[in-house]
Amino acid sequence: MLNSSLLQLGAALRSKKISSVELTQLYLQRITALNSKLNAYITVNEEMSLVQARAADVQLTQSKTHALTGIPIAQKDIFCARDWRTTCGSKMLSNFIAPYDAHVIEQFNSVGAVNLGKTNMDEFAMGSSNETSYFGHVKNPWNNNAVPGGSSGGSAAAVSAHLCAAATGTDTGGSIRQPAALCGISGLKPTYGVVSRYGMIAFASSLDQAGPMARSAEDLALLLNVMAGFDERDSTSLQRDTEDYTRDLNKPLNGLRIGLPKEFFAAGLSADVAQAIEASIAEYKKLGASVVDISLPNSHLSIPVYYVLAPAEASSNLSRYDGVRYGYRTPEYTNLADMYEKSRAQGFGEEVKRRIMIGTYVLSHGYYDAYYLQAQKIRRLIAQDFVEAFKQCDVIMGPTTPTTAFNLAEKNDDPVQMYLSDTYTIAVNLAGLPGMSIPAGFGSNGLPVGLQIIGNYFDEARMLNVAHQYQQVTDWHTSTPQHIEV
Amino acid sequence: MQWEIVIGLEVHTQLSTSSKIFSGASTAFGAEPNIQACAVDLALPGVLPVLNRGAVERAIRFGLAVGAHIAPRSVFSRKNYFYPDLPKGYQISQFDLPIIGQGSLTIQVPTTTAGQPYKKVVRLTRAHLEEDAGKSLHEDFHGMTGIDLNRAGTPLLEIVSEPDMRSAAEAVAYAKMLHSLVRWIDICDGNMQEGSFRCDANVSVRHPGAELGTRREIKNLNSFRFLQQAIEYEAQWQIDTLENGGTIQQATVLFDSDKGVTRAMRSKEDAHDYRYFPDPDLLPLAIDNEWIEQVRGTLPELPLSKQARYVADLGLSAYDADTLTSSREMADFFETTLNEVPKEAKLCANWLMGDVSAALNREDRDITQCPISPGQLGNMLKRIADGTISNVAAKEVFKILWSEGGNPDAIIEIKGLKQMSDVGAMEALVDEIIAANPAQVAEYRSGKEKVFGFFVGLAMKASKGKANPAQMNEILKRKLAG
Repeated sequence: MLNSSLLQLGAALRSKKISSVELTQLYLQRITALNSKLNAYITVNEEMSLVQARAADVQLTQSKTHALTGIPIAQKDIFCARDWRTTCGSKMLSNFIAPYDAHVIEQFNSVGAVNLGKTNMDEFAMGSSNETSYFGHVKNPWNNNAVPGGSSGGSAAAVSAHLCAAATGTDTGGSIRQPAALCGISGLKPTYGVVSRYGMIAFASSLDQAGPMARSAEDLALLLNVMAGFDERDSTSLQRDTEDYTRDLNKPLNGLRIGLPKEFFAAGLSADVAQAIEASIAEYKKLGASVVDISLPNSHLSIPVYYVLAPAEASSNLSRYDGVRYGYRTPEYTNLADMYEKSRAQGFGEEVKRRIMIGTYVLSHGYYDAYYLQAQKIRRLIAQDFVEAFKQCDVIMGPTTPTTAFNLAEKNDDPVQMYLSDTYTIAVNLAGLPGMSIPAGFGSNGLPVGLQIIGNYFDEARMLNVAHQYQQVTDWHTSTPQHIEV
Repeated sequence: MQWEIVIGLEVHTQLSTSSKIFSGASTAFGAEPNIQACAVDLALPGVLPVLNRGAVERAIRFGLAVGAHIAPRSVFSRKNYFYPDLPKGYQISQFDLPIIGQGSLTIQVPTTTAGQPYKKVVRLTRAHLEEDAGKSLHEDFHGMTGIDLNRAGTPLLEIVSEPDMRSAAEAVAYAKMLHSLVRWIDICDGNMQEGSFRCDANVSVRHPGAELGTRREIKNLNSFRFLQQAIEYEAQWQIDTLENGGTIQQATVLFDSDKGVTRAMRSKEDAHDYRYFPDPDLLPLAIDNEWIEQVRGTLPELPLSKQARYVADLGLSAYDADTLTSSREMADFFETTLNEVPKEAKLCANWLMGDVSAALNREDRDITQCPISPGQLGNMLKRIADGTISNVAAKEVFKILWSEGGNPDAIIEIKGLKQMSDVGAMEALVDEIIAANPAQVAEYRSGKEKVFGFFVGLAMKASKGKANPAQMNEILKRKLAG
């Protein structure tokens, strides 16, 4: 049962081989058994999940059901869910019970999916290793000394360890794709604006995008069908016709042109990852695809640009956490300024404070033009690189990360080294393009390697097709961490 | 030494939308604290702003009314600062790309001790949309501050003028004209007590012809009287300071209306760095010509256009036209009255600016509170125009209409106020008078025309005031001539 795809689980539920309550309990038991080891979940609420499962079971007896009705989904703890504690991985919100549902949560509720719990994450999604969470770091199910990646590390670990049927994540600079790669699962960041950000706690508004994390491209397509769609409460949500993202899954790949950016295969890429990626490209050639060498000449500027723009937006987005209306307030203070300073000093972790300071600095009078404005200009150049590239190819491929999962605490003392683990993913957010990561083998240390697939705007269906066809002829995505009992 | 006062105003007008600029919460005034603050207004984690189309349309109306450039693309920016009544820690405003560009407003500066009334054109720099903050209540809680977020997110249009005003009187005239205009075009209720129209005044002084002096900004003046007092005090303080060898430091000041003085709140040194940047939650605001034309189609006729029409088509004086267009309500009252007596524009104007205004002033009412409707007034004026009643009798009718209401024709009938226009009856009266006063008749006929007034008095008295004066004069002249 635990190895089933979402379609198989749905069929089992509809044919009454298992009830949603039973399935939910099965996962809850696994969480009870394994979460103390992996720390993938921040909040589990058995009773609230079972209320939804019971409702789903009623719905499953009726004729009108959805593919995901009754299926337990883990939600990244960045999505507000009514009556659920929603912490965003921070002490600042450790006591915050959301009074409303995010759009993504509403969408899953509307099809009768079960909210299985809230997954661990880097604090306010700021991190690449899940070590900045106030609720402790998540461990990689493949190797408990390794990081699961971040910021959606809890969701990635939960999917990898079969602590949920599927999960949600958010991706600002790689936060879905990088942990998906490091935990050996599939993850998709859609085109900016495809999934509403309403109720998703903001890190960097112009880059944040929610997406699905699961064990296969087919599962991702089913999940994206639920998550995508126009929402008038998000002004950056795009008004487009509804798509069925499963529609092209089975198309053959004959004639597919794959662009390989030379910058993604240059110095900094570890040999074992390079080897795995080259092997997957060879597999694609067998499926009828051809390869084009391309260049993204400004991609080396992605990290500096990102670390100006994202902190700038974050410094403003996180101003609302002031201890006045909700969230953490310092117990003792002498006046208003003291209350602000202590609440924020005590409520935020180191990485969050570092980024608030960077962001405040780059927006300051006299520095704005040199940093923020300049970064916006380069952002446009980076996006333009992709426009040129897509004139020559249909999808772009490369490694998701330069290495497989690194060890816990390995990069804690050097934020820049940590930032470099997102070197291949960040440009995609800056350009607003869709990107995904799928399992593509293992490195020399036995840890998973992720293949990144970047598509043109709104080309998610094609990307899912490309990933699905690969998963029909390989079994990397079905591999399970050895010491996780299934 | 000669000093020139230089004033520019920034006016915050609260736009009359029923919901807030970025959320669906109500903007109604006076609710229990924090009742009208939704998740977006409270800045809960994850909420997002959505721009209210009605607020944009009101800004466009204003732009059209002052002949300003309406930006095809404008941008909302975040103004970052911490304050408990600012829930997000930033205010969404417009910074370098406002919705409304340069425009102008013609003001009428009333008579002062210095001289005659005059007109002046004040240039507008820009107007931009922004959200209001909540309120901090310092008085009601012992040792604590209460926060009311009902006002948070209320739409404001901040209208910025060039430093074109040279006296407190000009500043007040400008503020009053703006106040009248925003109400005229229905974008703001103009209620100054409730804070719907608030002025900040930038004041500096200089020797005529010199460079602009250092300005100080007086914040939050919510009455025309305070605006006048604050500017007068501030300008005099700056002149005294400079004449005593001091210098002016750029500062934000508050006006203490109890003491009638301004005092510094913060200097330039501790001014905030607001770290403006474009709000990534909102797309640039695009306004195409089609939208502008659609809004233009809903605008009422503007004061300047009405004034020109009153002069050219109705034959009124420029002064009358100005006065009748001092507010949209006044102009509407005038035009509705005129509908009853279309050929009597001057008569309507005289009554509105004379007896009606005097009566309103006496009771401290404005035209919207006039107990006589335009229909009633028009019907009464119709009876003056067609000779049914004299002006003197009309004043009697007006008094009754004002205090008791009713139909003018019925009042004329019941009170017997109809003019005597029966020529035969008037001739009989005149014959009697001539017969009874032979000495005066002789005097008149010998050339003493002054005596004519004596006969008019007698004739009007004999008719109990009902005689049509023109007709009676004509009969008297004819009969006296013999």
